[in-house]
Formats: sequence, C-alpha cells, structure tokens
Amino acid sequence: MIRLASEIYQRRQKSKRDQSETSSSATGRGNGAGPRPSASSTPVIEVDHLEKSYGKVGAVNDISFTVHAGEVFSFLGPNGAGKSTTVEILEGLRHRSNGEVRVLGLDPWTRLDRLKPRIGVIPQDFHFFPKLTPREAVRLYARLFDCPIDVDELLARVELTDKADAHYDTLSGGQHQKVGVALSLVNDPEVCFLDEPTTGLDPRARRSIWDVIRRLRKEGRCVFLTTHYLDEAQVLSDRIAILNFGKIIATGTPDALISQFGRPERIRVVGDPALSDRLRPMGLPMSQRDGAVEVEMRSKNDALPILQAVSTSGLRWESFSTVNDSLEDVFIRLVGRVENNGTEPVGGEGVAS
Amino acid sequence: MSVRRSIAYFPYFARISFRSRLGIFMTLIFPVVLILMFGAIFSNVGSSRVGLSVENLDQNSPSSQQFLAGLNATGVVSVSMVSVSAGNLSDYVAHNGLVAGLVIPQGFGASLANHSTVRLLLFTNPSSASAAGQVQGAVQGVSNGMNLRIAGGTDLVTYVNMNAGSHVYTYIDYLVPGLIGFSILVSPMMQMVNLSSTWKREKLFRQLSLTPLTRGEWLFATLLWYVVLAFVSTALMVGLGVLVFGAHVTITALALPFLIVGPVLFVSIGLLAGTVSKTPEAAAMIGNIITFPMMFLSGTFYPVSMFPSWVVPIAHLLPLYYLIDGLNQALLFGNTTAALTDLAIVIVLAVVIALAATHAFSWREERGEVFARGTAVHDGFQHTPAS
Repeated sequence: MIRLASEIYQRRQKSKRDQSETSSSATGRGNGAGPRPSASSTPVIEVDHLEKSYGKVGAVNDISFTVHAGEVFSFLGPNGAGKSTTVEILEGLRHRSNGEVRVLGLDPWTRLDRLKPRIGVIPQDFHFFPKLTPREAVRLYARLFDCPIDVDELLARVELTDKADAHYDTLSGGQHQKVGVALSLVNDPEVCFLDEPTTGLDPRARRSIWDVIRRLRKEGRCVFLTTHYLDEAQVLSDRIAILNFGKIIATGTPDALISQFGRPERIRVVGDPALSDRLRPMGLPMSQRDGAVEVEMRSKNDALPILQAVSTSGLRWESFSTVNDSLEDVFIRLVGRVENNGTEPVGGEGVAS
Repeated sequence: MSVRRSIAYFPYFARISFRSRLGIFMTLIFPVVLILMFGAIFSNVGSSRVGLSVENLDQNSPSSQQFLAGLNATGVVSVSMVSVSAGNLSDYVAHNGLVAGLVIPQGFGASLANHSTVRLLLFTNPSSASAAGQVQGAVQGVSNGMNLRIAGGTDLVTYVNMNAGSHVYTYIDYLVPGLIGFSILVSPMMQMVNLSSTWKREKLFRQLSLTPLTRGEWLFATLLWYVVLAFVSTALMVGLGVLVFGAHVTITALALPFLIVGPVLFVSIGLLAGTVSKTPEAAAMIGNIITFPMMFLSGTFYPVSMFPSWVVPIAHLLPLYYLIDGLNQALLFGNTTAALTDLAIVIVLAVVIALAATHAFSWREERGEVFARGTAVHDGFQHTPAS
C-alpha cells in the first residue's frame, strides 16, 4: 500500500513537471473516435498559474495548461473540482484572482467584447427562454452577432429541424442541449467551450451530442470540454486534464494517462478465495474482490507461471481473463480516494502489497 | 451601446413577455377588468337614488299621490311601493336590509283637507346612517313644501346647486388617470421582479451575456417595451373611460413624459428588488411589499383627497402618487405647473433608482452561486458505458 502510494506520488510529480512546461502536444488518440487530423501547434488557450478563490475558499489553485487549434481538450473531475470555474474564467464570465489567461491571444475579462464574436459557449445547466422557439433563438443570436446565417441549415446540423417552431419549454433535455449547441455555433466560432454538455441526457441524446462535437473537431475548431463522464472524455478527447480540489493532478492523452497511472495488466482468476494464499509466494501485487483474484504482471512472462500456480494448487477455479485499466480506473485511483485529506492521491482500490 | 442590438433584441423580448400568461394578464386584461368593474360600480355614484319603501294606507287620496310624486321629484329617493300588514314595516326594512320605509297613514288626504295634523311614520336603518339621512332630508323637504303650500305661503329663500370648479368631475374622471398609473406600476414591477429573479436563477442573463448584447442595451430594450405598454394601456384606459363611461379626459402632450418616465421608474424598482433578492420567492415578497401600499394609497382607485387626513402624508411618500397626480393634472385639470412639479419629482426618483438598479444588477460573476459550487462534496462522479 505504502509502496503504491509513493509510486503514484512520484508519477504525479512527474506529471506536474510535464504540465508546467505547458508544451505537451496531442500525440495519442481516444478510443473509437476514428481518424483525426493532428492538432496544429498554434496555442488557442493559454493558462498560466491561474488561481481563483472566493473569500478564503480556493476554487482553482495554480493551474497551467495550453490548448492548441483543432484539439479537443477535456477537463475531467468530480463536482466542485474547479472545472466550471476555470471554463467561466476562460469565457470571461468570471474574474480570476491570480495568474494569466489568454484565449485567442486576448484576456477574456478585459477584452470580452473582442472575444465574444470568436468563441462559442454552452454553459453548464444551459437554459433558454421557455417561450421562444429554436428558430427564434437562432435568429435572435444571428441578429445580435450581426452575422447572417442560414437558420434552417444550422438547425438541420443539430437535428432540430422537426422542432424548429416548438417552444423551448416543450422540448426534451437532449433537444434543449441541441439548442445550446446551435446557439454556440451561430457566430462560426474558432473555440467552443462546452461545459458538461451531456449531463442528464439519455444515452442516445449523448451520442448525438458527441457526433456534433466530432464534427466541430473535423471542422478544425478547438473544443474545450468539461465532463464528469469518463467514457465521453476517453472517446472524444485528444488530451485530458484531471482536476481535483482546484488542481490539475494529471494531464495527457487518454492512452498516456492509462499507461502512466493505470495499474499493470492483470490476470484475473475466478475461483476459490484460498488461491490468493497459493499465489502470494510469487511476490506479485494482488487484489481480491467479487470472488476473483487479480494478480498484476510485471511482464507478459508472468502469465504462464501464474496460471501454472493456479493449476497446480489443486483448488477450484472456474475461469481466467486478462484485465486492463480503463480511464475510469485511473480516475478512481487519482481522485476517488483523496476526498478526505486534500489533494494527495493515496492509492487504488483494495490493492494488496 | 448599440441601439441596433437593442432594436434587434426588442421583438424577441416582446414575444417572451407576451407569451407569458402573467405578462398578458398584468398588462392588458387586469387594467381593463378594473376599469370596467370600478366604472360600472361607481360611475353613477353622484346621481344614484336611495331606495325608500312606502306603504301607502291612503291610496285613493290625491294628496298621498302628490306627496309621493314630490318625493320622486327630489331626485334623492327612489320610491317603491310595498304592502305589508300595518305596523310591520319596521321589521320589513330591518330584515330586508333596506335603507328606509315610510308609512302614509289612512286618512292622510282627509286630514290635510281639514287642516288637521297628520303623522307620517319613517323607519330608517341605523346601518345605513348617511343614506337614511338623505331620505330624512327628502321627506322633511317634501313635507315642508306641502305645509307651505297648504298654508298659502311663498318660497322666499331659494338656492341653486352647482358643482365646485369650472368642470364637473365624476368618479370615472379620476379613475382613468388612476388606472393608467396602476398599469404603469403593476405590469413593470411585477414582471421585472419576476424576470430579474427567475432569469438570474435560470442563468438567462448569463446566456445573454455570451452574446454581444450589453447590459445597457438589454435595459434600453426592456424600458422601450414597457414604455410601449404604457402607451397601449393609456389608450385602452382613455378609450374605455371615454367611450363606455363618458369620462372627461383629454390626452395632452403634457401626459406623454409621464408615460416614459413612469415605466423607467418602476422597471428600475422591479429590477432592483429582483436583483437584491436571493430567491424568486423573496423577490416576489419584496415586490408585493412595495407594490400593494402604493397601489391603494396613491390615488389609483380613489382620489387621495378622499382619504382620511392622516393617510395623505403617507401617500405623499409614494412615488406612484406623483405619477398619478401628474396624470390628473395633465389629463383632467390642465394644470401645467403642478404637472411639471410632479414630473420633476418622478424624473429624480427614476434616475436615482435606475442608477442604483444598474449598479446592483450584474450578469457576470455571480458570487453566491459559485461559492456553493466551490464547496460541493465530491460525490457527483458518474459513469455510463461507452459506445
């Protein structure tokens, strides 16, 4: 346990160093998002030692990162981690306490008038006027931004053609979010800030929003996404930053995060609980749960000896499989057990040493 | 500040307001219902007669008929004949909640012909003392007239009844400016209190702040909408007052500034109340505390001059008083000096409160709400399977 905690701490320190360099580029890809053009190196969002506090409560504590054009960058973290506060500072809705922030080279708080025409935003808990229709909403935005657009075409892009003339308060949750997406695209933005755009939506509606996000990326826009859905971050993001208690505790591509913070590949054997006693002499980290024993492999070469030990133990066993950590496992390890004592990760779930 | 953006936003705000039931009710239906209701009930106050139930036990005598004709001619009482058993008219009046009952005794005509004294019996209801007093006066007057004529006398002292002032003002004349003031108060106040607190909760101000529309442009469009509504309700009130109840109201140029400054004043008060309140419920309460005393004590339904003297100084503390008084001066009395004084007071109040409201009302950085989120417990982690 202690060994694992210190190992994770060292990894975290390394990640901090990487993060402070603020020059990491998107090299890896999320799973299942299909081929993606590589992100350009133009910095679109630059955050340097950002801090935000309310009275004595620090919401964001000294975070730094850079997001490049054409990149989908995700902020992942539990509620209250500081995701929305950071996004709202980037959108110019909140004033920072300390640090530097630039979006498209502009300070969002002082140059918001210049920034607004170039960014698109879906705020958290997006709401719109209950008695306006999606068509009216888009027309209103087009007039306010003074950019003539094809309203029908935009509504078709977000699959709202059928509901174009229905009052907002008669639409479903997914359709509400689509109105938000449509409004965020009226001004043809270079950067899209999507603050928990799929929270509370059913799986079909979520996937439909994902398609829109993929399209935004394909169109070369920079997308800044906050979410607490891990699958969403894994599938959509070029890079992810995991936030907890206002600090970035890990950053990288989804694959890099898994390989950096995930446990090694494991053999999982379902069978007699006493198996763990027989395997212990091998000196490999083990855990036991749900009627199965999981043994971490230092390398592929450990697989056969483990299975041999199981086979020769004479104990009952039913099946075996290999197990890899998902982003969720990484997230739980980094965030799940740190709630009681600050920002220090103390280890994963039930790992024996 | 771009007027173009204000104008672009205006029709959408009009739709938002108009499509809410509260908006339509407060703006159009409520004032119309009020003028029709109050107009119908009170427009004939000056000329209405008091009912007098008469039991004539001397029906065949011309003198009794003459006496009743005299009562009718006073214009004060409206005579209706009843037939109840003798001596029971007192109970009849009391049980039926009537104002007064009169018994003309048998042999009334014969007694007058003989120049002998005859006694009429008048029962009045103590619960309608003032109306009963009018009946008493009428009966007394007709009796005196008959006595004088029978005695062959002449009226030496006579009088002519005239109304004070150069015009005859009836209740409806005061009601029209009062209800215009009412519309200018209630619709912006109620809607702005509601709007500024619920838009804050629903984060609709934040949504607008993401567009190039600025606070100033938003406020200008909002004010413009309520000024338009003030003109519409003025047209409605004056139209209904004149056409339905024959009110003597003339729209003068002097009334127009009130229709602009009035909405500015009450939109600002509503915005301020909604902005400083933490919840829409608290906002509604503050709105009601401000609105209701003003609604009743500023001369909306009755001229302030009719109030007890101790209420008048209170009325003078209420902003709506100056708006309604100004409208009265402009629409009824044509008193320019008084109207301009009222206008100056309303302008000063409007400017001060509008500045306070603009200062308090911000649509960036909502502190309380963020603070709550900053201290949230880490339990919101969710997971659904990837596709």
